[in-house]
Amino acid sequence: MRTSQPLSSLREGQTARVLSVERAGELSRRLLDLGLIAGTPVRCIQKSPAGDPVAYGIRGAVIALRREQADAVLVQQ
Amino acid sequence: MPDSSAFAPDLSACRRSPQDIVVALAGNPNVGKSTVFNALTGLRQHTGNWPGKTVSTAQGYCRCGGTGIVLVDLPGTYSLLAHSAEEEAARDFIRSGGADAVIVVCDATCLERSLILFFQIAAVTDRVVVCVNLMDEARHRHIHVDLAQLERTLGTAVVGTSARSGDGLDRLMRCAADAAARTPSGSPGPETDEQDSRRAVLLAEQAARACVHRDKPDSDALDRRLDRLFASRRTGFPIMLLLLFFVFWLTISGANIPSQWLSARLFSLQDTLSALLLSAKAPAWLHDALILGVFRVLAWVVSVMLPPMAIFFPLFTLLEDFGYLPRVAFNLDHCFKKACACGKQALCMCMGLGCNAAGVIGCRIIDSPRERLIAILTNSMVPCNGRFPTILSIISMFFLGAACGPGATMLSALLLTGVIVLGVGMTLLCSRLLSKTVLAGMPSGFTLELPPYRRPQIGKVIVRSVFDRTLFVLGRAAAVAAPAGLVIWLCANLAPGGISLLERISGALDPFASLFGLDGVILLAFILGFPANEIVMPIAVMAYLSASSLTELGTAQLHALLVHNGWTPLTAVCTIVFSLFHWPCSTTCLTIHRETGSLGWTLAAFALPTTVGLLLCFVISTAWRLLAML
Repeated sequence: MRTSQPLSSLREGQTARVLSVERAGELSRRLLDLGLIAGTPVRCIQKSPAGDPVAYGIRGAVIALRREQADAVLVQQ
Repeated sequence: MPDSSAFAPDLSACRRSPQDIVVALAGNPNVGKSTVFNALTGLRQHTGNWPGKTVSTAQGYCRCGGTGIVLVDLPGTYSLLAHSAEEEAARDFIRSGGADAVIVVCDATCLERSLILFFQIAAVTDRVVVCVNLMDEARHRHIHVDLAQLERTLGTAVVGTSARSGDGLDRLMRCAADAAARTPSGSPGPETDEQDSRRAVLLAEQAARACVHRDKPDSDALDRRLDRLFASRRTGFPIMLLLLFFVFWLTISGANIPSQWLSARLFSLQDTLSALLLSAKAPAWLHDALILGVFRVLAWVVSVMLPPMAIFFPLFTLLEDFGYLPRVAFNLDHCFKKACACGKQALCMCMGLGCNAAGVIGCRIIDSPRERLIAILTNSMVPCNGRFPTILSIISMFFLGAACGPGATMLSALLLTGVIVLGVGMTLLCSRLLSKTVLAGMPSGFTLELPPYRRPQIGKVIVRSVFDRTLFVLGRAAAVAAPAGLVIWLCANLAPGGISLLERISGALDPFASLFGLDGVILLAFILGFPANEIVMPIAVMAYLSASSLTELGTAQLHALLVHNGWTPLTAVCTIVFSLFHWPCSTTCLTIHRETGSLGWTLAAFALPTTVGLLLCFVISTAWRLLAML
């Protein structure tokens, strides 16, 4: 299975590669700052106790994103 | 909507002589920029293991060879595409050529991400030096950074440092001075746009691939194990509460003994001082004013406040250094999202536990001006260090019952934890109310970095928190306590028409205060405690004591004194609630005014917790009295 899915659908421990980041102004620019662009490998590291936000491994750093932001990123496993 | 420019820091460098060069320190949040800055300048900017710890800019001065260097510590930023007022200020400073050279501080354990900012800055100015900091930590994690290769790849001077131990800093300053001596090539390029950012990301990826080698693929295994403990569904919240409880328990049980010791010493000193004054033939009124007014309140503040502060501050700083605070924000973000606020508000709340003024300044880490204001307005709803002892002493007098020994300490810590949870709950509720009314808006995006855990530097932490914070806060409290003690003594002893001023004032406040389950003296103590919350309880006790005489001040005697003055369990509950929710202290109010630049919001920050407190106290006391009538 090599279909695209939102980043938010990754389970803990899964890795994927970013296909595209939905352009939503401020939000996508924040992700760009962190180096999250098309082609970036990401790993779903851990969910918070409420399941949202989720911590992702992005370019060697661990970044927590809320669901809305992770929804805006399409990835491929 | 609030004006965001009020938050913008002032970034003009102050040269001491025209020959001085200006060097800016730029870098991502939490790469140890402040540690580098402190090591170079000998200043003591606070550092901590969470992104955004340095929210204000600092300037320092150091010498390298014969050159004077003004060092400007810019706020941490992920990119030159600015989002917040601080980031904008940092960007403009670099772009406008305000600095003769820029040191880009990078994190050796996370070099790829750090280099993105470097490539953006390198596109604007060529007088750049790269400082790869945290080399010691990278070694621990089996991450090898090839500095020579990096220098070739970037075409810029690269210096590896471990700022905690000071390694590499001399060379860093020499390289910065060299860079500053070069003439800049032409004018800065066009403003950084998203295309430039993308290019910077790709360049950083290539550079990191060429220069970073990991000997162990899972060098972060321990971090992940700890995260599973501190932030998972099953253990995240229980451990958070347990840690809070544990910190309080250590504080309370550790503070008991030095508290008693200090109290005994200071009260025997009172006798000595008293005898001294009497033998010097001082007039009786002077003796009474100094000993019973000034000294007694001072002694009380020192003996009751110093031990818990001296234990709580270091413990808290240890957790901060360790990197636990971002995990609190991670755990609590969902609650804050529901309140339409930002999860980073949890970090400000944690800072507020130490000092609300610090908490208010910490709110700068929140980008959205709306969410930042919410965090500022609600910050004083978590009790600061100055309020713990008040709450604790009431708990131990009224709610421990027959419990004694270790059981009593545990119970106090448990009740105190409950009080904090109440404060956090109210913070969330008020944040939501504000979001639905005067500060309406949707929660904005949220990106929070969870830094690697770091072994805290225990010795440094203790020295730093005792000298920098505890003594400072205590000094402030004492400076307020002395005049307040005098005022109370005067009020109690000036009796025009046979009734003392104190009785008149508290009598006038009584009817109003009793509506809320308090009495006039308590309310007066809170009003006089505006400059420092630490003195509320001592002032109240002083006021009661002025009518009776008591030589020893143990818990039992105090309890008897309060009961004699009409305290019931209802008074105790309402005093605790009011101590939790009332106006912020004067320092915090001034800080709020500085941060928001608005008198209106300062008044709102004053009125909000006060209204909450009065309302809660009114409901509690009315319900209590109705139940008592049944």
